[in-house]
Amino acid sequence: MSTRAALSLPGGPPRGRAHQRWRRVRNAFMLGLTGLCTLLVLVPLFLILYYVLRQGLPGLHWSFLLNPPKPVGETGGGMGNALVGTLELLGLAIVVGIPLGIGAGVYVAEFRNETFAHVVRFAADVLNGIPTIVTGMFIYGLVVVPQHHFSGWAGGLALAIILVPVVLRTTDEVLRTIPVSYREAALALGASRWNVTWRVVLRAAQPGLVSACLLGVSRIAGETAPLLFTALNNSFWSFKLNQPMASLTVQIYNFAIAPYDVWHALAWTGALTLILLVLTLNILARLWSRWRSPGRAA
Amino acid sequence: MATVIASPTRAAHSAVADQVFPWLLRGLAALVPVLIVGIGFELFRASALSRSTFGWHFLTSSTWDPSSEQYGAWPFIFGTLFTTVVALVIAAPLGVAVAIFLAELAPRWLRGPLGNVVDLLAAVPSVVFGLWGFLVLVPYLQNTVEPWLGDHFGRLPLFQGAPYGVGFLAAGLVLAMMVLPFVIGVSREVIRAVPVAQREAAYALAATRWDAIWDVVLPSARSGIWGGILLAMGRALGETMAVTMVIGNRPAVSTSLFAPGYTLASVVANEFSEATTPTYIAALLEIGLVLFGITLLVNILARLFIWRMTRNVGRIAT
Repeated sequence: MSTRAALSLPGGPPRGRAHQRWRRVRNAFMLGLTGLCTLLVLVPLFLILYYVLRQGLPGLHWSFLLNPPKPVGETGGGMGNALVGTLELLGLAIVVGIPLGIGAGVYVAEFRNETFAHVVRFAADVLNGIPTIVTGMFIYGLVVVPQHHFSGWAGGLALAIILVPVVLRTTDEVLRTIPVSYREAALALGASRWNVTWRVVLRAAQPGLVSACLLGVSRIAGETAPLLFTALNNSFWSFKLNQPMASLTVQIYNFAIAPYDVWHALAWTGALTLILLVLTLNILARLWSRWRSPGRAA
Repeated sequence: MATVIASPTRAAHSAVADQVFPWLLRGLAALVPVLIVGIGFELFRASALSRSTFGWHFLTSSTWDPSSEQYGAWPFIFGTLFTTVVALVIAAPLGVAVAIFLAELAPRWLRGPLGNVVDLLAAVPSVVFGLWGFLVLVPYLQNTVEPWLGDHFGRLPLFQGAPYGVGFLAAGLVLAMMVLPFVIGVSREVIRAVPVAQREAAYALAATRWDAIWDVVLPSARSGIWGGILLAMGRALGETMAVTMVIGNRPAVSTSLFAPGYTLASVVANEFSEATTPTYIAALLEIGLVLFGITLLVNILARLFIWRMTRNVGRIAT
C-alpha cells in the first residue's frame, strides 16, 4: 500500500504542472467511469421490467388468475392453480422454516459468546450459498423416494430448508440492534434469562423480525430449481399437499421452454404476477419495520 | 413488564425454563450444520452406484450418453467453470465500480434509491431472468451481437462458429446480471467500513479523490471485495434456472463463446425427473455431489475472506 501510494501521491521528487493536470484528468475520468458503470448496470434491470410489463400486462385478467392452464390449441387458460400452489408451498415453508430460523437465530444472537454460536452462524452462511437445486436433490432422496411420488410436502420442505439460514441471519442482525441495556435492566429486575429473551428482547425486536420473515419469504417465492423434482408440477387444481403441486415458477419455466406462442404469453403474464408477488413482500417488509418501530430505523 | 418480577412459584418455573431454554435453542441451531452434513452424506450415499461404476474417471470423461449408460461429468464441469468465468470477468470490475460510486461518490439523496434499485435486481426471480434471456436476449445475440463479433473478431478462438444465440455467451451475460448485486452489496459495505481518517490522511497529502480511492480505500477493502467476488462466484456456479434456459443444453466442450454447452446445475434440472435407470439417476446425483463440493469450498473461502476483513474494521452485514 505504502509503495503504491508513494508512486502516485506527491512527496517524491517534485513533478511538473503537466503531471498535476494528468492527475486531475484521471480523477475526473475514473470518477465519471464509475457513474457510467452504475448506469450500465441499471439498463438490463429496466429492460427486464419493461419486457415483463409489455408482454405480461395484456394477459393479466381475472381469468388468468382463476383458471388452470388449457391444453395446447385451446385459447384462454391461466395459472390460477399455480398461484394457489405457490401460496400453499410458501405456507408450508413458513410453518416449518420460520420457527426453526428464528429459534436458531435467537441462539446465535443471545448466546454469541459460545463457540458453537459462531459455528452455527458460519454454517448458516455456507448453507445459504449451497445451490438450491442441490437442496432439491436432498429432499428428493429424503422424501420423494420413500414416498414413491412427488408431493407438495417435499416442495414445501425444500423451500423451508432454503428459508432457515436466511431467517437465522436476519434474526441475528435484528437482535443485535436491541440495546444491551434492555437485557441488563430486565436482569436487574430479577428476570430469568428465558424471560429476558422471550418478554424483552423478542418483543422489542418484533417489527424487525416480521420484516425479516417477509424478506425471507420473498426470496423463496421466486425459487424454481428446488421444486422441479419435489413438488414437480400439476396441470389441475391441487389442494392436497400429498399430491404433485403446481407452482408459478415451475409453470413459467415449462411454458417458456415450450414452442408455443400462446404459452409464451402465459409465461410472461406469470412472470409479471411472480414479480408483483415478490415485490409486494419486499416492500411490505421495508414498510413494516418503518411503521412499527418509530424512532429506530431498521 | 411488571410480570417479569417473579413470585416464588414463578421463580421455580423460570429455573426450569432457564435450564431447558438454552438447550432447546442449541438443538434448533444444531440443525443448520446437521443439514449441511446431511445434504453431503445423502448425495454421497445415493450416488454410490455411479461412483463404483465409473470411479474418478467420471470427473474427466467427456462421454454423456444415457442410451449406452456411459456417464462422464467433464462437459458439465467445464461448462460451469466457463460460464462462471465469463460472468465474473464482466460482473467483478463492473460491480466494484458501482460499489465505489454508491459508497464514495453518489450524493446522499441518490444513495438510498440507487441501493434499493440494486436490491431490486437481486429480487428478480431466476426464472424471470431465464424467460427474458431466452425470449429476448438470445434472439438479439443470435441476430445482431454474435454475427458482428464473428465478423470483427472471428479469428480469436472465443468467437468462432455459427451464432446459435443460446450458449456460453448468453449464459455468462445472464449470470453476470444475476451476481452483480452480490459483488456490489459486499463491496459497498466493506468500502464504507474503511475509516474516514484514512481518506482524510490521503487528502491531506494532496491526493485526488480517485488517488484516495485507488491507493488507500481499495487496498484496505481488498480482502472483503475478494470475499464478495467469491460469494458471487458461488452463486454463479450453482445458478440453475436462468442458465438452463439460455445455455443450449448440449454436453460438449468448446472454447467458443457462441457454442451451446451445459452446466452441472442445468443437467440436473433438465434430466433428473426424466432419468429412468438407476445408473442414470446415480450419475446425476454424483453431479449434484460435485456441485455441492465445489460450492461448499467456494463459500467457505468467501466467508473466511469477508471475516478476515471485518474482524479488523468492525462488523459488517452482508
